Amino acid sequence: MSIRCCSMKSDALPLEYRAILKWIRQGSSVLDLGCGDGELLDLLVREKKVRAQGIEIDEQAIYQCVAKGLSVFHEDIDNGLSGYGDKTFDFVILNQSLQQVRKPDVVVKEALRIGRGVIIGFPNFAHYQARLQIFFKGKTPVTPSLPYEWHDTPNLHFLSISDFFEFCHRRSIEIEKRAFIGKNREVKIFPNLFALIGIFLVSKGGVGDKEYLRYYEKRKI
Amino acid sequence: MSALRLLSKKVDKRTEVPQQNIGSSKPLLTPELGHSVGIVETHYSQFALPPNELVLENGEKLGPITVAYETYGELNNQRSNAILILHALSGDAHVAGFYKGDEKPGWWDDMIGPGKAFDTNKYFVICSNVLGGCKGTTGPSSVNPKTGKRYGLDFPIISISDMVNVQKHLIDHLKIDQLLSVAGGSMGGMQVLEWLTAHPGRLKSAIVIATATKHSPQQIAFHEVGRQAIMADSHWRDGHYYGGLPPAKGLSVARMIGHITYMSKISMAEKFGRRAGDNANPHKLSLGFQVEEYLHNRGNNFVKRFDANSYLYITRAIDSFDVSRGKELYEVFKGIRAKVLVLAFKSDWLYPASQSREIVKACKWAGIDTTFCEIESTYGHDAFLLEVEEETHLAKHFLQRVFLDNGATGEHQVLQYEI
Repeated sequence: MSIRCCSMKSDALPLEYRAILKWIRQGSSVLDLGCGDGELLDLLVREKKVRAQGIEIDEQAIYQCVAKGLSVFHEDIDNGLSGYGDKTFDFVILNQSLQQVRKPDVVVKEALRIGRGVIIGFPNFAHYQARLQIFFKGKTPVTPSLPYEWHDTPNLHFLSISDFFEFCHRRSIEIEKRAFIGKNREVKIFPNLFALIGIFLVSKGGVGDKEYLRYYEKRKI
Repeated sequence: MSALRLLSKKVDKRTEVPQQNIGSSKPLLTPELGHSVGIVETHYSQFALPPNELVLENGEKLGPITVAYETYGELNNQRSNAILILHALSGDAHVAGFYKGDEKPGWWDDMIGPGKAFDTNKYFVICSNVLGGCKGTTGPSSVNPKTGKRYGLDFPIISISDMVNVQKHLIDHLKIDQLLSVAGGSMGGMQVLEWLTAHPGRLKSAIVIATATKHSPQQIAFHEVGRQAIMADSHWRDGHYYGGLPPAKGLSVARMIGHITYMSKISMAEKFGRRAGDNANPHKLSLGFQVEEYLHNRGNNFVKRFDANSYLYITRAIDSFDVSRGKELYEVFKGIRAKVLVLAFKSDWLYPASQSREIVKACKWAGIDTTFCEIESTYGHDAFLLEVEEETHLAKHFLQRVFLDNGATGEHQVLQYEI
């Protein structure tokens, strides 16, 4: 297997990577929780010259990360965060991994402690395809962002974009930036219905209300 | 993904008696595993000549000290490509290649040579025998110049830190300001930790394999049983057995205990089961199981190549080691700029992965650029000598990155990764 790691043209990038690239500052420090084969971290090192560290549970993925020249810890996200001091990293990333940890609540809290900003990307369970499948077929949905059968999924939790807004509101987590990704483009309207993936840049703020209310008043669906 | 599955057939070098099909001068193995460094010889360097003896950690003085070492590959003009390999309890300076006329390669030959993990086409690899050893470096079996007799128990108590000090003298002697890397497993890993904390400016990176920052009571206990076995042997005679019969039975038992701790429940079950050995029952009360025979062979072979007093001194040094010296580990790691690769093995119960995780945790707190992998293996502690493909992959890429950061350019620039 060979993985292309040359500097990628940004239009060839997955849309969620483009959003993350935009949000991350040049030369910042990044901890990627559940970094997989290190594709995103490698991109950030090349494009943004970040100081990168990954955490990943899968041994084979560790070999791929090391081959890319990344520093990575072979461990569980649920247990691996207590070793870090407060504000150790500029950014902590949980891209497609939050729904796979045992205790998302604890992991987000720890991520907010360790990082100044936390980027969270997850598959939207309330996408219209999922809704239709549940309603008409009465079956657990399988969508492009949730491609697994119920019995063979790494996902332990299922959440929608609305769920995440509420989650942040209840904990006074500030949503600084957000992007909603559809099949081939960014979704601007009714994201909880049309977005396959939601990505947020959040921080430990006290005023999540503004964002929350605007969303719920105008686009509640 | 198949190529990614690095696991494949592994040959247990320790079980093979004798080693097979290894010609003394032919290049070794398949191309992807690299080649042998070929014929090598041991060099000797002497320092700490009176009155400038080495002051040991316990305050005593020792000198002159001879260091046995081997080198492979070429030191570059910037003197920036040197890697120091540190051996475990029973190892020696002969880490790679063959002595002339010898059929058995060095103890980590799979990892060192052209195209291997420690690629001698790129790096200058050094390995020396530890202080207190019996393979050319000054130890209890060396002649004490003051008496003209072998030291025996007159040899001063030594520590891991003293071993590292002797290595530092060797590196000075070779006129190397900064090592590209320092790598070792087990006791070698402890020396790496000592290098990192005692001489942080002298290394760019460190590879720490299957080791601990200090021994647990369980680890000390196994060593103590080995030491008691040696000292209970009537031939030991308080360490002054040179010129007479050595405490062979005691040392052999010590080694047998060691070997049990190096294997895992699974590897022993696979290797021996409850199968009968080749020999007829050697004793009325012995069953002649394969596992018994294996241990006897290992013990008897060890006696031929190792000095019992060295075993006592070195195991004592390992047991007394504590890299944090009573402080919090992350505090002694603070300020380390070297990049660190920590490796542990799943079935290793002698140096369990939890001990490596302690090192990793302290590295996190101290902000050290660290990579950690717990390699899947059923070989127990022996895995660090046997899981060659995984270690090669990890060490090779890790070193390449450190080497590039160190200013090396051009030919090794990686644009596309073949995994």
